[in-house]
Amino acid sequence: MGGGHGHSHVLFVHVNSGVHRLAPECKVVATVLFVLAVVATPRAAFWAFGLDAAALIAVALVARVPLLGWGRRCLIEVPFLMFAVFLPFLGTAPTIEVGPLTLSEPGLWGAWNIAVKGTLGVAASALLTATTTVPDLLRALERLRVPRPLVAIATFMIRYGEVLSADLARMRIARISRGDDPRWIWQVRALARTAGALFVRAYERGERVYVAMLARGYGFGSDVPVLERAPGRSWATALTLPVAAGLVCAAAVVVAA
Amino acid sequence: MTAPGTLEVRGLAFAYPDGRQALFGVDLTVAAGERVAILGPNGAGKTTFVLHLNGTLGGGAGRVTVDGLTVGKPTLKEVRRRVCIVFQDPDDQLFMPTVRDDVAFGPVNLGLRGAELDDRVNRALALTGMSGAADRAPHHLSFGQRRRVAASTVLSMDPTILVLDEPSSNLDPVARREFADIVRSLGLTTLIVTHDLLYALQLCPRSVIMNAGRIVADGPTAEILRDADLLAANRLELPFGFVMPQVG
Repeated sequence: MGGGHGHSHVLFVHVNSGVHRLAPECKVVATVLFVLAVVATPRAAFWAFGLDAAALIAVALVARVPLLGWGRRCLIEVPFLMFAVFLPFLGTAPTIEVGPLTLSEPGLWGAWNIAVKGTLGVAASALLTATTTVPDLLRALERLRVPRPLVAIATFMIRYGEVLSADLARMRIARISRGDDPRWIWQVRALARTAGALFVRAYERGERVYVAMLARGYGFGSDVPVLERAPGRSWATALTLPVAAGLVCAAAVVVAA
Repeated sequence: MTAPGTLEVRGLAFAYPDGRQALFGVDLTVAAGERVAILGPNGAGKTTFVLHLNGTLGGGAGRVTVDGLTVGKPTLKEVRRRVCIVFQDPDDQLFMPTVRDDVAFGPVNLGLRGAELDDRVNRALALTGMSGAADRAPHHLSFGQRRRVAASTVLSMDPTILVLDEPSSNLDPVARREFADIVRSLGLTTLIVTHDLLYALQLCPRSVIMNAGRIVADGPTAEILRDADLLAANRLELPFGFVMPQVG
C-alpha cells in the first residue's frame, strides 16, 4: 500500500495574496452576501450584472487566480444551465421570432435570469475555493456558529470520500480481475452488489471511527469551539465586494422604478 | 498511590449483545513501564479485551483497574486520558482535515486550549518524528507515516498506558523497525496486540497468549516462543525457516 502523495488541496490556488490571507469566515460571509445581492438585482439591468462581473474579476486579479482556470471551473454549472435552455421553447406568449424559431419572451427572460445569476454565483464560489483551503472553510463554518454536527458531517465527507473511492477502486479491480466486464445494462448486477458492499463497509468504518473517537475522550469535551475573532480589517476588506454588489443592486432597483 | 502506568484486570468476562461470549474471565497484571505482548489467533478476543481497558466496552463481569482507578462511568474521562489505543487501521483513527487538527482532537476533548494545546500537539508530533507533516492531510501520507501520526494522536493526551493493535501490520521492514524504535523510546507501559511473534520478541520482554477468551500462557517472550507445542495449540507459529536460539 503506497501512500498517495497527491496535491493536498485540489481547488486551492497556491498564491500568497491579500485575498488568500483574509480570515476564511469573512470570505464565506462575503460570498454569501454577494450572491444574495446578485439574486436581488432586477433581471433587466444588464449593466448591473456587468458591474458585478467586473467586481468579481477585479477580486480574482488581486488574488492572482488564473482567469482561464477559474473560467474552466465555472463549467460545472453547465448541466444546470441545460434546464434554462428549454425555457424559451416552453414559455408562454408573447412570442418573438428569431430566425426559424418561435421563442417565448417570458421564457427568454427566465433563461437569462437563471444563466446570469447562476454564473455569477458559481464564479463567486469558485473564487472562494480557489483562495481558501478546505480545512479553513470548515473552520470558518465552525466560527460562524454553523451547528457542530453539520460541520462534523462535512468534515467526514471530505475525509472519507477519498478513503471510500479508494475502496471502490480496489473492489472494481478485484471484480475486473475475476473476469467481470460491466459494459451492458444486464451486467449491472455485480456493480449493484459492489455498491451494497461499499455501503456496509462504510457503515462499519463509521462504527470503528466512532470507537476511535470515544477512545480519545470524545463526548467529554466542553462543546465550546475555539473562537478566535477575525480582525476588523479582514471583515472590512472582504465586505467591500458584497457592499459594491449591494450598491449596484440598489441602483438597478431605483433605475427600474 | 500506585505508580502511573499500572494495569490490573480481574475476572473480566464479556458477551456481545448477540449472545456470543468473547471473554471468559481474564486476569492480567501489568507493572509500570512494562511492555507486554498479547498474542493469539484471529478471533481470540484480543480486540474485545483491549476495548475494555478504556471502558469502550463494559458491562460484563470482572474489574479493570488503571493506576488504581476502577474503570467505570465516573472514571471514564480520566481512564480514556490514561489508556490510549492506537487502532490497526490508521484511516479509522485519523479523520480530521489536517494532521495537526487530528493530534489536537484528544487534548481539545480534555479541555486544553491555546498555547498549552499547541505545545502538546508539537511535542506529540516530535515524539514520532512527524513534526514536518503537521499541516498535511492525513490521507496524503504513506501508510507508515499515518501509523506514526495515529500514535501521535494518542500521545498528545499524555497517556500512562499505550495499547497498540497490530502495530506491524502493513508496514514495510524499515517502517516496522522505526515504529518499534519509537515505542521503545517512549518508555510507557505498553500492551501490544499482535500475531506477529517476531515483533513481540523485538519489543516485549513479556508475552501472554490469549485464546478463546482466556489467557492461557504468561511468561518471558523468548520462552513462550520456544515452546512449539504451546504455540501450535494456540494457532500461532514462527515464520517459515525461523528457529528460536536455544539458551546455552
